Amino acid sequence: MENEKHHIVPYRLYAVVLLLLLVLTFISIAITDINLGAFTVVGALLLASIKSGLVLIYFMHLKFDKAYIQIMVGMVFILFIAIVLVTFFDYYFR
Amino acid sequence: MSQVIHHDEHYDPEGSKIGMWLFIFTELLLFGGLFIVYSVYRYMNADAFHLAAEELNTTVGALNTVILLISSMTIAMSTTALQKKQKATTIVLLEITFMLALIFLVNKYFEWGVKFDHGIFPGSEFMKAEMSQGEVLFFGLYFVMTGLHALHIVAGLVIMGFALARVQKGTVHADRPSLLENAGLYWHLVDLIWIFLFPLFYLIT
Repeated sequence: MENEKHHIVPYRLYAVVLLLLLVLTFISIAITDINLGAFTVVGALLLASIKSGLVLIYFMHLKFDKAYIQIMVGMVFILFIAIVLVTFFDYYFR
Repeated sequence: MSQVIHHDEHYDPEGSKIGMWLFIFTELLLFGGLFIVYSVYRYMNADAFHLAAEELNTTVGALNTVILLISSMTIAMSTTALQKKQKATTIVLLEITFMLALIFLVNKYFEWGVKFDHGIFPGSEFMKAEMSQGEVLFFGLYFVMTGLHALHIVAGLVIMGFALARVQKGTVHADRPSLLENAGLYWHLVDLIWIFLFPLFYLIT
């Protein structure tokens, strides 16, 4: 317990993740520029979700964390998605 | 478990990490609630939101996105440096993160300044006279959400200041990295929120 081995993430991995995040940012700027109608919102949010996934998994170390932390984080996102869905069902079928 | 109990040392990395994550959950739901308010109002005032979003400067938003993403990488790297016992590198990386956060706020200052000059701020007479209800809602949400996010940046600066001082003093080191790791987690949360704020306010028009 005292000297529990910490996973040391190499610098290179962080640099690669940053590069991916930047590329995804520029893609999302490009696709919203060419105005694809309803797809714009879906596309931008999808790219934002992929980006946040990268941040959570690599920058926030979830990949190297114990399962119970990963499960807790997953459950919070499921809770949030459920609230969004319920809210929008309410507005659509009012 | 070691047999010796040190009364002067309360170090529980696992516990602190859980605490930090629980705090992050409350933050996610706070901003999540605001995102829902935004999407419902956007759904109800699609045209006004479209018009108002054109007003925002995508270049400044994109610049701030890049700044935050880089700062997220540098603070993550500082944890690696600490674990590799490279104290000087840890400090430099933290200082870079600190500077990037400051630059973000300076950009925000000028961005808001331009809006104020155009008469766009909460409660302005210009907005009451010239704008539709939907546009007023858009800018209200814009100021509240980016403002709340900016407050989180300020808090991040304070937290980074503490981490920096403790690393320099040597009380945060390779065997006790919790404070720096949790500062990193907080900073990534700030980044995470911006990842959604940027497309919602600046990109989708």
